Amino acid sequence: MPSTRSAFHNFLVFGLAFISGFIIMSVELLGGRILAPYFGSSIYVWGSIITIFMLSLSIGYLTGGRLSLQHPTLQRYGSFYLIAALLLLPLVLWGNSIMEAVFLRVEDPRYGSLIVSMLLFFLPTAVLGMIAPYSVRLLVSDSHSSGHVAGMLYFVSTLGSALGTLGTSFYFVLWFEVNQILVTMSVILALSGALAVYTGLKTNQLMAAQ
Amino acid sequence: MKHLSFTLAFLLACTTLATLFASAAADAQSGPSRDIHHERSLYRNIVVTEDSVRRCMRFTITDVSGQNQSCRFLDDHDNLVFPYAKMVLSSLMVQDNPKRILILGLGGGTLVHTFNLLFPAAEIVIVEIDEAVVRVARDYFDFQENAMNKVETADGRVYVKRAGLRGEKFDLVILDAFNGEYIPEHLMSSEFLEEVKLLLPEHGMVVANTFSSSQLYDAESATYAAVFGDFFNIRQFGTGNRVIIASMQPLPEPAALAARAVPLQVRVERFGMNAGEYPALMQTEPDWNQKARILTDQYSPANLLNN
Repeated sequence: MPSTRSAFHNFLVFGLAFISGFIIMSVELLGGRILAPYFGSSIYVWGSIITIFMLSLSIGYLTGGRLSLQHPTLQRYGSFYLIAALLLLPLVLWGNSIMEAVFLRVEDPRYGSLIVSMLLFFLPTAVLGMIAPYSVRLLVSDSHSSGHVAGMLYFVSTLGSALGTLGTSFYFVLWFEVNQILVTMSVILALSGALAVYTGLKTNQLMAAQ
Repeated sequence: MKHLSFTLAFLLACTTLATLFASAAADAQSGPSRDIHHERSLYRNIVVTEDSVRRCMRFTITDVSGQNQSCRFLDDHDNLVFPYAKMVLSSLMVQDNPKRILILGLGGGTLVHTFNLLFPAAEIVIVEIDEAVVRVARDYFDFQENAMNKVETADGRVYVKRAGLRGEKFDLVILDAFNGEYIPEHLMSSEFLEEVKLLLPEHGMVVANTFSSSQLYDAESATYAAVFGDFFNIRQFGTGNRVIIASMQPLPEPAALAARAVPLQVRVERFGMNAGEYPALMQTEPDWNQKARILTDQYSPANLLNN
């Protein structure tokens, strides 16, 4: 693995981590807009969204860290993006039906928004959360540099989150509909995943040829 | 026709100037104001100020910013301070005698007080998101809940959606939940207006106190037109407000409005309102960009458009 860890490999992992950070915060911000027609925009709606995002990210970090122990590959890394891309689609396709079903059954908007946040955001965010620890494993070549690499990775992904927040709140909502933004995010995730899988397979072929 | 338009424009200019002079004169007489209450709620800072003439509720983000949301004269609680409240009352020339009224946004309770006096037998439901506003209205503006006034602490959109599911109807719905600093975007979309429309009986009417400038004016106007068709648009120079009156019935002609202003005047005189001014202000001709994008739940950047 170390011999094949080219500059492109590292650039790719950092780039993809940036994208995942960007998309996590973009989706979180859109969450407020998505829930508002059914549960309002009160402080507890944001409380529900942030709680679920934090919870799902924490579980994603744990799961991603565990998976990184078992022969980490770019193909598996790419599969996280492909799965996250698919998991964003129910938000677009059935978001309103899910919110309406919960709205009709749960009178209290605090718990209604919490349940809906769980149903809509938990899985895609948890999968996106798996990316950070897995990225560290793909980048670290020795324990000496592990802190440096982890720091660099958090820098890049958090920078992505900052720009995702800014871009979505300042511009995207002014130019596009919520679903257009979500579908675009899903396509970007799918392309990112496909690129990672392709690069992983190519790397394997090169290694086999050597 | 040209002569009539000129006369109307002249009258409009005169009344606007008179309003501005009266307001400037009141300001000059009111002296320095002092804060008599300051409270930080979940949503905003609420400041109650008082000078020698009037007491006001102001929502602020910083200590120095913010606009008065609600004011009343110390010596005459019935006399309306803000032109927008009179613009809202002019809707009674479109549909009168509401039995059931829904008001989104309490403020200092000025509109509730006014409608209580005008229609003592009408049931008024007030939806206010901020409990602190209700408390301040109660403590500093004599707002009282009773058998006819019921306050629901809730998000306006959620209340309207649930009221629609329950099949509730309101003869008059007043949307007064917007202030200049932050706009609840989910209360501006066409879906929301459709939900409000569900609450209106066949003679029902919605009256919205909103914005008179920025790109939001175009987008909001286009959205109301898409949902309700023609509506009365009331703008008064110097107020920063505009009031939209949309009805489930065809809108009355100018002559009918003028005729209705006469009996209304007797009832609204105590509020410092001259009903005769308003028919000329109630316009149906679009003065907005009709190609503006409609606000929806998917696309509602109201705060960005208001910059």
